[in-house]
Amino acid sequence: MFSNKTVNILIPIISVVLGLLSGAIIMVAFGYNPVAGYAALWNGAFGDAYFLGETLRQVTPYILSGLAVAFALRTGLLNIGVEGQVFVGWIASVWVGISFELPMIIHLPLAVLAAALAGAFWGFIPGILKAKLGVHEVIVTIMMNYIALYISNSLVRNVLTDGSDQTDKVAKSASLASDWLAGMTYFSRLHWGLLIALAMAFVMWFVLNKTTRGFELRAVGFNQNASNYAGMSVGKNVVLAMVISGAFAGLAGAMEGLGTFEYMSVKSGFTNIGFDGIAVALLGANTAFGVVLAAFLFGTLKIGALNMPTEAGVPTELVEIVIALIIFFVASSYMIRWIILRFKREGK
Amino acid sequence: MDYVIEMLNIRKEFPGIVANDNINLQVKKGEIHALLGENGAGKSTLMNVLFGLYQPEKGEIKVRGDKANITDPNVANALGIGMVHQHFMLVDTFTVTENIVLGSEPRKVGTVDIRKAEKEVKELSERYGLNVDPKAKIRDISVGMQQRVEILKTLYRGAEILIFDEPTAVLTPQEIKELIEIMQSLVKEGKSIILITHKLKEIMEVCDRCTVIRKGQGIGTVDVSETNPTELASLMVGREVSFSTEKKPAEPKETFLSIKDLRVKDARGVEMVKGLNLEVKAGEIVGIAGVDGNGQSELIEAITGLRKSESGTIQLHEKVITNLTPRKVTQSGVSHIPQDRHKFGLVLDFPIGENMVLQSYYQEPFSKNGVMNFKNIYKKAQELIDEYDVRTPDAYTKARALSGGNQQKAIIGREVDRSPDLIIAAQPTRGLDVGAIEFIHKKLIEERDKGRAVLLLSFELEEIMNLSDRIAVMFDGQIVSQVKPEETNEQHLGLLMAGNKEEKAGGQ
Repeated sequence: MFSNKTVNILIPIISVVLGLLSGAIIMVAFGYNPVAGYAALWNGAFGDAYFLGETLRQVTPYILSGLAVAFALRTGLLNIGVEGQVFVGWIASVWVGISFELPMIIHLPLAVLAAALAGAFWGFIPGILKAKLGVHEVIVTIMMNYIALYISNSLVRNVLTDGSDQTDKVAKSASLASDWLAGMTYFSRLHWGLLIALAMAFVMWFVLNKTTRGFELRAVGFNQNASNYAGMSVGKNVVLAMVISGAFAGLAGAMEGLGTFEYMSVKSGFTNIGFDGIAVALLGANTAFGVVLAAFLFGTLKIGALNMPTEAGVPTELVEIVIALIIFFVASSYMIRWIILRFKREGK
Repeated sequence: MDYVIEMLNIRKEFPGIVANDNINLQVKKGEIHALLGENGAGKSTLMNVLFGLYQPEKGEIKVRGDKANITDPNVANALGIGMVHQHFMLVDTFTVTENIVLGSEPRKVGTVDIRKAEKEVKELSERYGLNVDPKAKIRDISVGMQQRVEILKTLYRGAEILIFDEPTAVLTPQEIKELIEIMQSLVKEGKSIILITHKLKEIMEVCDRCTVIRKGQGIGTVDVSETNPTELASLMVGREVSFSTEKKPAEPKETFLSIKDLRVKDARGVEMVKGLNLEVKAGEIVGIAGVDGNGQSELIEAITGLRKSESGTIQLHEKVITNLTPRKVTQSGVSHIPQDRHKFGLVLDFPIGENMVLQSYYQEPFSKNGVMNFKNIYKKAQELIDEYDVRTPDAYTKARALSGGNQQKAIIGREVDRSPDLIIAAQPTRGLDVGAIEFIHKKLIEERDKGRAVLLLSFELEEIMNLSDRIAVMFDGQIVSQVKPEETNEQHLGLLMAGNKEEKAGGQ
């Protein structure tokens, strides 16, 4: 009744349910009404068109940062640097967006492409260091996050503006924002980027599962010795995986730079889009489809949580706890697997 | 009758299969009892039941006549049952003593009393003639020594019944001889041994009795003194097995592989191949005999492009392939059955079908313009699975789920199917049972008869003697002599392998 595949699908679902249940228990323990709390969360995410629009807007960068982490992981690489790659993508897209006056059909793709290339370059550096010198990608990507943060702050202050904390808005011809989408959703910040994100999920699925390049990337991810034996270039595939992963992350930055905000500002810390991508990838089991679903869940929780204090008096931090618990349950999937197997045995 | 271990009517099921069905195993005190069966026959399952890792669905276990309920390995330890695993469970950077006492360290005011431990280890080691240095680090000692550490681990915990899980699979002939002596001295001291193996020669040499299981069923127990290898083999496989492979005399043609003055360094930068010369002709099998660690692995890695050579040339026909990439070497007509099938031969987490195109996935009809054609891949895979008798539920099953013999058959199918001019077979039958060995030997000879050059590397002298048309003895990075199998014997080869160049076959 439970094949291995079903178990793999059941684990994230059960984890989400357990996470929500534990969240309810915590609410009760602190004297909140969990039913009211979750109802507020639901209303805050889907209650009306505006909230729905905001939720989908939040989902967009999560899909891309989740894909970035998942793609690298499928090749056996832990890209902790998605956060930094989001930053360079963001600043690159805004830079192109405010610097040119071009027809939209050229300007927008150019700005999006700039973000992808910037992210790809930011992934290339740890990739080539790993391939040539064996430097562990986790160390390099973590450090590259800080480099990206401070470089982008410096660019905003010194290059893109005259000492201001925020750039101009990108030109209309480079913006992903849409009056039509905004109009449909009571002026939420929903933008066309969602389509790019979904297209990229398809790209990841296609590249990994259908192409010879994907075959190599997955082989290298599972067994570098056998890949080398079979004539594949391990180093080349490691670099390529980091470049593609970085490109996805860079696009996540473009979603913010060209869609949600349409500008770049000086940031005191990380956006967490990249770090949340790790959780999204984990919950989505590193598959393209799973990442889309997980991003949807995370976007829903994050946006819905904003409504919890006003409607139910529950602090938004509770959602952070629920998210952390879901991740905990996925990560300790061994436990869930064991329970499922128990059921299986008794059911026989 | 005083049995030290009795396993009666054991039945163990896994989803979809019965791994053990009604198996009986009775071990007398002070005997070496062999547990014989093909790969996947259920030997390991039975031993894991005894060691408390699995709970049987039916049957009972008696230890020294008393019914025992072995719920986990700690219970087994307390009952004096110890297991020497095939894959060692040792911490590389710890010393011998630290590894042995790990988990039951002697304490002195909250610290480990390492001196007391070292003394105890030394005493144990001397008592059973194990000759282990208690202060040596695991990573600095040989595989054979590491195995002795595993043995000491069980003895330190007071084991009376030792289970050896295919202990000789990783050892050189010399180490095997020493291990047999150790087992005999253990028995002399009153220990009982269960030896899991599929090597008939070892059973005949050291065991008192032998229990055979086939496809999860207990076939029976025989006294080794009243049986012979042929009978054991047919009990194990369920049909007649031929040992010496039938083959016609070789008809060598033109020289296909020629290696001149090759020098190769290993990962540490030590020169392992030191000016080696070797030729292999089309239509012959050349066997490389030698003690492990004399540069054989480095030689093969250099030919196949997995390792850079420092100097010298490797030539296929007219084409120099020195230091080409593995892909270029493959494209030049070389197939490689690697020594370590898990590390190199297969991507274990890929379906077996996709493993069948591990080198050819980028070519038509398996892909076109960079897009894979899985229909053609699985069609080809199914053909190979059928032709090479790879037993798997289907081509979509992960390679990891297959038994060692079937994994190896899959690799051989893949490598031979490319119609290479040169086949390099490194330990092609390592860890396999007689049925699979017979099959693989037959295939290699078939390929030879088709006019292919075969370079065989094996640490099993029997295999070298059986298969080779010419034996090249490798010692200290060079081919020190070349002999014909019919003009030599194992003793003579053993001397050559130890570096004695002057000895002549049979002569003193």
